Amino acid sequence: MITTHSSQNGKYSIELHTFGKSGDPLLFIHGAGGLTGVDGFLEDLGRDFRVFAPQFPGYAESTGETNIDDVVDAALFFHQLMDELGIPTANIVGHSMGGMLAAEVAALDIHRAKKLVLAAPAGFWLDANPIPDLFAAQLDEIAALLFHDPKSPGAQLMTTIPTDFKALETMYVERVKRFATASKFLWPIPDRGLKKRAYRIAAPTLLIWGESDRLIPPIYAKEFTSRIKNSKVEMIKEAGHMLMYEQPEAFVKAVRGFLKS
Amino acid sequence: MKFTWFHLMPYRFLPEDFKEKYHSVWVDIPRKLYDPKLGHQLYNDYLDQLEFADQMGYDGLGVNEHHQNAYGLMPSPNLMAAALTRRTRNANIVVLGNSIALYNPPIRVAEEFAMLDVLSGGRLVAGFPVGTSMDTNFCYGEVPATIREKYYEAHELIIKAWEAKDVFSFNGKYTKLRYVNLWPKPLQQPRPPIWIPGGGSLETYDFCADHDYQYSFLSFLGYLAGKKVADGYWEVMAKKGKELNPYSMGFAQVVAVAETDAQAEKDYGPHFDYFYNRCLHVYQGFADAPGYRTVKTIKAGMLGQVGDRAALRREGLTWKDFVEQGYVIAGSPKTVREQLREAMKHLNCGHLMMLMQIGSMPPELVRKNTELFATEVMPYVRDLWSEYQDRWSPKRMPQAEIAVPAPVHFETGRGNGAARAKTGAQAETRSSK
Repeated sequence: MITTHSSQNGKYSIELHTFGKSGDPLLFIHGAGGLTGVDGFLEDLGRDFRVFAPQFPGYAESTGETNIDDVVDAALFFHQLMDELGIPTANIVGHSMGGMLAAEVAALDIHRAKKLVLAAPAGFWLDANPIPDLFAAQLDEIAALLFHDPKSPGAQLMTTIPTDFKALETMYVERVKRFATASKFLWPIPDRGLKKRAYRIAAPTLLIWGESDRLIPPIYAKEFTSRIKNSKVEMIKEAGHMLMYEQPEAFVKAVRGFLKS
Repeated sequence: MKFTWFHLMPYRFLPEDFKEKYHSVWVDIPRKLYDPKLGHQLYNDYLDQLEFADQMGYDGLGVNEHHQNAYGLMPSPNLMAAALTRRTRNANIVVLGNSIALYNPPIRVAEEFAMLDVLSGGRLVAGFPVGTSMDTNFCYGEVPATIREKYYEAHELIIKAWEAKDVFSFNGKYTKLRYVNLWPKPLQQPRPPIWIPGGGSLETYDFCADHDYQYSFLSFLGYLAGKKVADGYWEVMAKKGKELNPYSMGFAQVVAVAETDAQAEKDYGPHFDYFYNRCLHVYQGFADAPGYRTVKTIKAGMLGQVGDRAALRREGLTWKDFVEQGYVIAGSPKTVREQLREAMKHLNCGHLMMLMQIGSMPPELVRKNTELFATEVMPYVRDLWSEYQDRWSPKRMPQAEIAVPAPVHFETGRGNGAARAKTGAQAETRSSK
């Protein structure tokens, strides 16, 4: 279900996707691309959890992005949103840029995350393993960066250029809007000091990574596990950076298994 | 009509197969392609050309800022402007300009421009571009979503620093300074004229109109394609009730003069090809970072000038097409006179930024172009817009009061060491007195 949530007395208007009616609350924080609108893994998770998946300000119909300058603003936005939604503590799952923000949410207030799942999260930079520049990548290059199999139907769906001019313009404008907001956390290098704060994360944490992630290579998992006390890693086979779209069943199984244990 | 001789200072020695073999002329162009020995000669040739333009009676000498590229070799145009102040006497020094969001703190720009203005006897035009996406976002790491906000704040600080009578504090979002107290201050009071180079962002029209700045449209698509932008600008000016004074607009145009139309094609065609196919070979991914242009501008259909999409529009065009579509105003003096007059009237433009050295053009051809234009074209187009007052050119010191550099004498066959030894000895003598 998609609803509009007015946050902080209208400072933000948030397009909120919800799935499931019962179970523990689960907050999903999407990556730089945003929710696609066809997010089967969330629907699946909705069978066991009450899933709250907001489009971040600046994404789709969500507004208020000019109020957010940095990761601290973003983390506080989520703290406030959780309070307003009546889920001051929840399982928090974040993907890529959303993983970086989820880690900040959990580090800046250790009572927010019951359990934490970071799927191919951003937040660190290794000179020996630089993360390719997604902002400069063209659509044909993006598929190869994001998917284990760029020719798979899922990959094609996300990276095909529409032939209709109006659809193309809409897609282009939406991409500009989303990536412009993402640039506040990721440009030019996706390191905003999480390394100083990650030690605060108290929630049991699962790092989950696609084996063939070419955007943020799995070697980055160690940056998280070495700093987060109670953490472990699970690898997903035949999956790239968009693991929850490429291998939704394996992804949901891993998340559910961890949160239910 | 005013004429500014504008130099991009391109690298002239990119390989033949550059477009096929290399990713981009900007941002990640391999460093091995730059030869500093050739570069030494280039910089000196280019300064010679600007100095020659001063001798030939051009109104302004233009330089600008770009980073990590072979398209324009001036990461700091202020250094070139400083060099120009010493060996030119007449022309204005048009620095178009400094990308003010890149300087920390931005008063660095206020200081350097004040230095240039004092040094040149009040001949400075201060340009404040946002800067291309390649320069600002990709090379200098500025966050695309906030660069415009940072630009506006830097502008506010610089103007205040120039105009303030006393020390002040500045509590900005991006810059915080307890003491702002500009030394030296500009010779032109309260400040040099300001020109804003733009590439078609809608916000820039308003910005220029609201501050009474000159809007310089820097495009290489020529005057026919430039019409859309010019019209957009004049529409905003009219809506705000401003005078539609042609001198409040500048326009960049490639101009190439030869003895005949056919000779112009022969002389300039290959260098033109070099410019479009090598100097403008920018990887599409670097052309326009998401957030660099506002959604409003994108929706207005303002197209980028570099990258694949712009290149595609030029694909397969011949010299004749380039001339007909107005990318270049080229030909015999007669042809250029007629076309130029028509073009400037078409755009209602009073300040022409002339690109007379382009791509791989060698010094002798640049000299010919500069001289032919000055003698055979300029006098015939000068009268255009004479009924308007140009309020956007520098208010300089009277010619007679401008300091003249002392003559220097170079002895041949003297190495560095010997020269240093001599000065050293003199210094000792002086200090012992």
